[in-house]
Amino acid sequence: MLKYVLKRVGLALVTLLIIVFLLFWLVRVMPGNPFPSERMNDIQIANKRAEMGLDDPVLVQFWRYITRALQGDFGNGTSLYYGVPINTVMSTAIGNSFRIGGIAVLLGTAVGLLLGITAALHRGKFLDGFCTVFSIIGVCVPSYVFLIFLQYNFAFRIPFFPYFFDASRFAFSSVLPSLSLSLFTMSTIARFTRNEMVEVFDSDYVRLAASKGLHGRRLVLRHVLRNALIPIVTVLAPLVVDLLTGALVVEKIYGINGIGKLMVDAITGEGIDYNYVLALGILYSALYIGVMLLVDLLYGVLDPRIRVSAKGEEA
Amino acid sequence: MAKKNMQAAPAVAAEYVPVAGDFELLHSRDIQTDANFASQSYWKGVLIHFFKNKRAVVGLVIITVIMLLAIFGPIMNSYGYKDIVQFRNEKNKRVVAKGISPRIPWLHELLTGEKYDDSFSDLTFLFGTDDLGRDLWTRTWYGARVSLIIAFVTIIIDMIIGMSYGLISGYFGGLADNIMQRFVEIANSVPRLVIVSVLAIFMPKGMGLVIVALLLTEWIGMSKIARAEMLKIKEQEYVLASRTLGAGNGHIIFKEILPNTIGPIITQVMFSIPTAIFTEAFLSFVGVGIVLPQCSVGTLIEDGFNNITTLPYQILPPIIVLALLMLGFNFIGDGLREALAPKLEDM
Repeated sequence: MLKYVLKRVGLALVTLLIIVFLLFWLVRVMPGNPFPSERMNDIQIANKRAEMGLDDPVLVQFWRYITRALQGDFGNGTSLYYGVPINTVMSTAIGNSFRIGGIAVLLGTAVGLLLGITAALHRGKFLDGFCTVFSIIGVCVPSYVFLIFLQYNFAFRIPFFPYFFDASRFAFSSVLPSLSLSLFTMSTIARFTRNEMVEVFDSDYVRLAASKGLHGRRLVLRHVLRNALIPIVTVLAPLVVDLLTGALVVEKIYGINGIGKLMVDAITGEGIDYNYVLALGILYSALYIGVMLLVDLLYGVLDPRIRVSAKGEEA
Repeated sequence: MAKKNMQAAPAVAAEYVPVAGDFELLHSRDIQTDANFASQSYWKGVLIHFFKNKRAVVGLVIITVIMLLAIFGPIMNSYGYKDIVQFRNEKNKRVVAKGISPRIPWLHELLTGEKYDDSFSDLTFLFGTDDLGRDLWTRTWYGARVSLIIAFVTIIIDMIIGMSYGLISGYFGGLADNIMQRFVEIANSVPRLVIVSVLAIFMPKGMGLVIVALLLTEWIGMSKIARAEMLKIKEQEYVLASRTLGAGNGHIIFKEILPNTIGPIITQVMFSIPTAIFTEAFLSFVGVGIVLPQCSVGTLIEDGFNNITTLPYQILPPIIVLALLMLGFNFIGDGLREALAPKLEDM
């Protein structure tokens, strides 16, 4: 098992390194201007490029970048928040995004699981239909549309919640964005849980367990849910990454200083900020690869059969 | 190898001398026939199964209606998608139809018995006009058209790329498969947003950026499914037969195996289209998608959002169209998946 874990971690690190290099190479090789061109003339830009070492060979630049990045220095902004170290800006942004995304993940998974289990237990009845309709709406309507709806009704017409994000009242002002972000996760999880549980309920081993006299919570939680969880984890993984990082539009609408907004600002500003694009790209990719790795390893915990076959593959 | 077999065949036949009786027709009364039922072809079965599924039919109807409206909607009235509805009144002053809520004059008159009391009392705006005075009915369907075109173009190209990649990778196996799959893994771990932002550095914002971003990400799912199908099929007898007869790799992959993998791939296409529409809407909303004065569902939602406190009705049409598109394609995809690979219990 340890060997398997190490191998997977090593592979993930290599993948990440390749991606970072590709990103770096693309950003440096492609034509484009990292500086706000309207405010600087050609000589200033040329000086700036020389100062940042943008004219050196790509490999030299990459080595310089990666050694600094490993020490936690991602450089300064070139056009966005000019001259301020990226780390300072990013740490606030990551804090905001992760807290709101984290609440959304927890809320979405918990409520989604509950809904799915309830629907599967009341199969074919009113609750089941309700769950189906709910999950269809949740999947079809983008989260930012929900946010616009909530914002319009509960912050504008009934001014109960703040209209824009306010970091000094974090708990209160994260209700609307977290709620709207969680809806997609919630409905996806609910749908998958319901379908998986219904399938597992029909399986022979659950029938056997039931005929042996097991019933109620023990049967549902230990025999049905555990076996239904494996596919659910697969669905959940990309959702988690999306929520932690890709709440882009939601952040834009609600005025949250998060990494999504930072990315949008970096690519839609006057000059596209290379350093921000790179740093955020690395962050996104690392998160994505990390979560995928975690899920792969989690399978082994949830389903011993996979652990065995993974070992077999090793041998 | 095939040629050798062909040459060998007549040599065997020459030993048998046919007699006249071999070619005599039988009288019809001598032939006993079984009661025969027309066999159902695969695709006919799929169609029957698909149309039995209520949801799939609802999805199909929704998508058909939206497509028809996307084609004919913008020409159903006289306003262009970027035209500002305006005219000069008797004092030669410019009057612009800014921010008019949805109205149908004759219906209003019928219900309330009075006319609208502004300069546009006899004009119909089914969805109203936006803050600049452009007709939202025209813009909504024009936007839907743009979104649908982007989705279809990218998904068809992605289908071709992903399918070929997956089929080739699965067919050859071994080292080629290993290298190709490592590449997929790496490509798959780059988040879409990162691709978009890198693209935004050297591509002008607009339709091209959206299409390229979608091209770069959507083929991966397609290739995975094609590869899985290939692995399932390539050991079957008919492939072996074809190879024995001397067919080349290209022929086997694209002529023999491809037609048999088409079912799961079509299903995947149906699920990719809403993803593409969604991504387009999201990129346009963020500001790297469709540029003005063109519009798509995403830019329309953004416009609506910007005016939500003053013209709240403006955001409704694009949101509803987007939701219905997602709903319709998801329903069709579900229906197709069940129809193409029916489980025994559903029959």
